[in-house]
Amino acid sequence: MKAKITTFSRIIRTGMVNFVRNLWLAIAAMAIMIITLTIILFSVIVNATFNNTVQQITSKIDVSVFLKDSVTPKQTQTFLQQLKQLPAVQSVQYLSKNAALQQYESQNAGNTQLLQAIDETNNPLPATVIIKPKDLNQIDQIRDFVDAPASAQLQSAPASDSGDLRTAITKITHATNILRRVGTGAVIVFAVISVLIIFNTIQMAIFNRRDELQIMRLLGASTGYIRGPFVVETIIYGVLSAIVSVLIINATFVTASSSLQATSFGLLDISYSQSFFESHYWALLTIQLALGIFIGAASSVIATRRYLKFKTPKR
Amino acid sequence: MILLDRVTKTYNKNLGPALDRVSLHVEPNEFVIIVGQSGAGKSTLLKLLTREERPTSGKIIVGGIDYDKLRDRDIPLLRRKIGTVFQDFKLLPNRTVFENIAFALEIVGVSTKEINNTVPKVLDIVNLKGKEKRMPMELSGGERQRVAIARAIVRQPKVLIADEPTGNLDPKHAWDVIKVLEKVNKYGTTVLLTTHNQDIVNRLKRRVVTIEHGRIASDRARSNYTANITAASSSTITSTTTITK
Repeated sequence: MKAKITTFSRIIRTGMVNFVRNLWLAIAAMAIMIITLTIILFSVIVNATFNNTVQQITSKIDVSVFLKDSVTPKQTQTFLQQLKQLPAVQSVQYLSKNAALQQYESQNAGNTQLLQAIDETNNPLPATVIIKPKDLNQIDQIRDFVDAPASAQLQSAPASDSGDLRTAITKITHATNILRRVGTGAVIVFAVISVLIIFNTIQMAIFNRRDELQIMRLLGASTGYIRGPFVVETIIYGVLSAIVSVLIINATFVTASSSLQATSFGLLDISYSQSFFESHYWALLTIQLALGIFIGAASSVIATRRYLKFKTPKR
Repeated sequence: MILLDRVTKTYNKNLGPALDRVSLHVEPNEFVIIVGQSGAGKSTLLKLLTREERPTSGKIIVGGIDYDKLRDRDIPLLRRKIGTVFQDFKLLPNRTVFENIAFALEIVGVSTKEINNTVPKVLDIVNLKGKEKRMPMELSGGERQRVAIARAIVRQPKVLIADEPTGNLDPKHAWDVIKVLEKVNKYGTTVLLTTHNQDIVNRLKRRVVTIEHGRIASDRARSNYTANITAASSSTITSTTTITK
């Protein structure tokens, strides 16, 4: 046990010493890793922001159904129950005549003339059912149900929905999906390039020291003892690159909010991006660290494999 | 200590075997010199013993380890039990004399305290006291080879394999190295030495195995060693063990 701890600490120390000795090689490998990790982090944040934008707009979409005054409470209950059972429905809100009036009054609190025209005894406002769809595209199913004759006979006026918004939202969703795909593609491409370059860097480092590796092998050093320092070295790359990538994104937000004075570029709501980044800071940092360590360790394990094989083919 | 039974090694079928049914038995604490021209198969023999190569056929047992039962991941454990000295020294160029010797102990997990305790003693055996902090480049060939021997014996192996350790050295330094090997042998290590140097063979007066064209051409005991050999040859290694960590 004690020997294992001694060996482990020696592997770590050797890895650190090698990192310092191969600093230029390390910088080259880390530069690529930083770019990759920054792009990944950036696309995660952009994705979250787009989702937020779409969600915000979607939440404004609803279908309003206006009930006749003659509809009995029992009929209303049945209608609401039927609506709730529709798979496309997210939520159903019922506004009685009085509640509709109160809402109207609060919305027009400044306009005394309008308010005077309406009071509780003379309430022209119908009882209203506000239906929110689960998904933008399911709004048609709700309309079908609402416009069916059985439902239509309860209504004082045709139901209304936010149709104009809908086309806008469809376009946004479409654009977001394309952006997301492009982003995913870019992330994958950069991740692959990054792994290849790190791989190459480590192979170069190993190639320079192949005699040393051979000597270690001849002296009976175990595979782990030879490989360990390389893995430690590349894990250091990963950790440093992850931290730097988070710092780069952080700096970008500081610049964007202070110098550009902008809170949004079209669909990209910068203030949301920033708050998302800040509220998920530790989670994002952890993901970056995990990715960096994984890319580093995996490439060094693979790169050392060739040089650590025993040249003893089976007879 | 070392047993080869009809060992054949063929690298390339068209060229014929590098070693052809070689059988050799070396007793514990023996000092055996292997001579032969370049390409005779000396290096192949030693590479088989350090498991850098596998035999095409035949049985090898060293220190109770049956090579047939040896798995790849046990090779490091085998090499830790055999000290090896090479013609080209194979020292780690970026490490001092002390660190080079310490490395052999580091890889087996010996504590730093013990390393600091052991390495000076070994440096004393090879007469390199006071040169601990030199880099290999700053040493003469003979000194480098003695560092390599120190590294090979620091783990107190039962077998020391020296592949032409004097090949790159002038006669005086060569003899220094040979004297160290004799000292190591006196302390109880079986030594297997290959050399070209006729002078060394004659002065050492030890058992000499001659290899020609991959076969053992002669196996003679020199000097007063004869009696020991005949007595020893009657006993054979019967039990084999697999190595444990």
